[in-house]
Amino acid sequence: MRTKDLVATAISNTFRSKLRTTLTVLAIFVGAFTLTLTNAVGAGVSQYVDAQVGSLGSPDVFIITQASDATTAGDGPVQYDASSSASVSSQQGPPGTTTKALTAADLTTIGDTAGIVSVDPIRSVLPDYIEYDSGSQYEFSINATSAVTTADLTAGAQLDGGATAAQLVLPDTFVKPLGFASADDAVGASVSIGITDILGEKHTVNATIVGVSLESLLASGAGANDALIAELADAQSGGIETAVTSYGVAVAHFDTALSADAVTALKTDLAAEGYTASTIADQLGAVQTVINGIVGVLNAFAVIALIAAAFGIINTLLMSVQERTREIGLMKAMGMSGGKVYTLFSLEAIVIGFLGSAIGAGVAIGLGSALSAVLSQGLLSGLPGLNILLFEPASVAFVIGLVMLIAFLSGTLPAQRAAKQNPIESLRYE
Amino acid sequence: MDSEWVIDAQGLEKSYGSGASRFDALKGVSVQIAPGETVAIVGKSGSGKSTLMHLLALLDEPDRGTLEVAGREAKSLAKRAVNELRNKEFGFVFQQFFLTPNVSVLENVILPLKIAGVDGKERRRRGMEVLEQLELADKASSKATTLSGGQKQRVVIGRALVNAPRVIFADEPTGNLDTATGAVVEDILFELNRNQGITLVIVTHDEELAARCDRQIYIRDGLVVSHAAQTHNPGAHALVIGGGTA
Repeated sequence: MRTKDLVATAISNTFRSKLRTTLTVLAIFVGAFTLTLTNAVGAGVSQYVDAQVGSLGSPDVFIITQASDATTAGDGPVQYDASSSASVSSQQGPPGTTTKALTAADLTTIGDTAGIVSVDPIRSVLPDYIEYDSGSQYEFSINATSAVTTADLTAGAQLDGGATAAQLVLPDTFVKPLGFASADDAVGASVSIGITDILGEKHTVNATIVGVSLESLLASGAGANDALIAELADAQSGGIETAVTSYGVAVAHFDTALSADAVTALKTDLAAEGYTASTIADQLGAVQTVINGIVGVLNAFAVIALIAAAFGIINTLLMSVQERTREIGLMKAMGMSGGKVYTLFSLEAIVIGFLGSAIGAGVAIGLGSALSAVLSQGLLSGLPGLNILLFEPASVAFVIGLVMLIAFLSGTLPAQRAAKQNPIESLRYE
Repeated sequence: MDSEWVIDAQGLEKSYGSGASRFDALKGVSVQIAPGETVAIVGKSGSGKSTLMHLLALLDEPDRGTLEVAGREAKSLAKRAVNELRNKEFGFVFQQFFLTPNVSVLENVILPLKIAGVDGKERRRRGMEVLEQLELADKASSKATTLSGGQKQRVVIGRALVNAPRVIFADEPTGNLDTATGAVVEDILFELNRNQGITLVIVTHDEELAARCDRQIYIRDGLVVSHAAQTHNPGAHALVIGGGTA
């Protein structure tokens, strides 16, 4: 029997007992539908987190702070030491802890550590407002680490760290209020930023919008390049040179050629010096682990549904083999080999699996896309850029393939039983 | 070459079960079937006549004894070769029709060709040819379940015939039919023998049908009790009693 004929026969046999096939297909449908949806949730959330990671910084960047003092209860106050105690405590530590600031000496130490290419302190600037073309003024903040981050852009380009002109990446929530028709319209426009210096005097600084970004979950505020930060910082200091020489956080670039192990070693080196260095991946690792865990549990439920469906397939095919005993006997009498009979029944199992999974995945994609669109307008509108259900062709194909494999395995027992049938016994069967 | 296409069985033994429930279906049967003849295997139910047919048709293997088909020892043939032999050289007609329901008459008839791996166009052509011959061409696309008993048995004969076999094995071909339609089916079978030289091996307990064959092999309790050859001169019955082969 030719493969083409085997497949065609398997397909037509599948539809011979329509009700039974439909019920079995429904059972598989449930599993495939769930698995497609959970995979899509995993992919959607992962993609969002990846975009957020991008907004936090490049992969070759450490966020460095002083190792937090273990001011454990019971030790009593620590004696002041001019050489080690810093005057500023940063607000960057976790709530309930104080983190000592980094001084110029610290920056030199970090910069001298082997493997660190450059280190820059993060200077926080506190602008008052933003204004475009003498329109309304809006309260405004700048993300201090934006110079090293990759924004989730909807229009325009990323900040140019080396540019001497002041550049700004505007959060898209500002586009309409400032009077721009669209994000693309805003790109290239010049805006004024108001800032008050330490003496209470007001200044304005002009900057060009180079891009418009989505509001990020993990990094809020506008992005500014080094030139703009410097300009704002100068304005803020009011020309007084005694301004702080200590910083809460520094950003260090390390050699991009370093392996993961070397990065870990570098972190250990910095820890030995008394600094806490963490990459963006470290900071988001925990988030991703939790998401992966949840998706894993959901997938496990879907797989349980599929295992239940597998028993349905076994049952359906066993009944089919029983019903078609004579037909199998006849085919064998007419010279069909046991191997071909096995293939025929296996193919029937695979056809059932394919029907269930293709319909399941199709309906999941249809419903999921609609649901995703509704959610992003409603419940999840606070998280722009989040596409809660992301259907990747590869993962949908994987689900269909997996279900067909499960179906094939389920078909093994009935197919074997059919293949082993003795033609004479089968033909005598009443 | 056709003259050498003989089925030669020597001392066939076959038993089913074991211990107390052991049943010896055949206890040493020797038969030869020459090309182009019509042979009736006659006996009561349980006599072992069906078992003998199954062995001759290579549907089963004997416990003891030898079976040669066209000069080749059946035991020495690979499974594949046996399957091919059954597919290409043998046709089967059973008491029950074993037609696949909900599938067209044509599809039922071309099943052996499908198994043989003949391509779709050729299958259709040969299937229609056979249906034409059996005057069933107008029923080609009907479902097998809609046919009458006689039509169904004609479809079964068509299915046995479509591979242009050398031998047709028929197990009680008229057992399920009334006398009139049974006679029609018999006529078709004997006509095939006359016109196309197809060897007929008919298992039956119907003496009238057996009498139409060239030769009758009577089986009782797993043994051949008599070979009877009938001359082609109608009315003159020459009965040979004993173990002589015709």
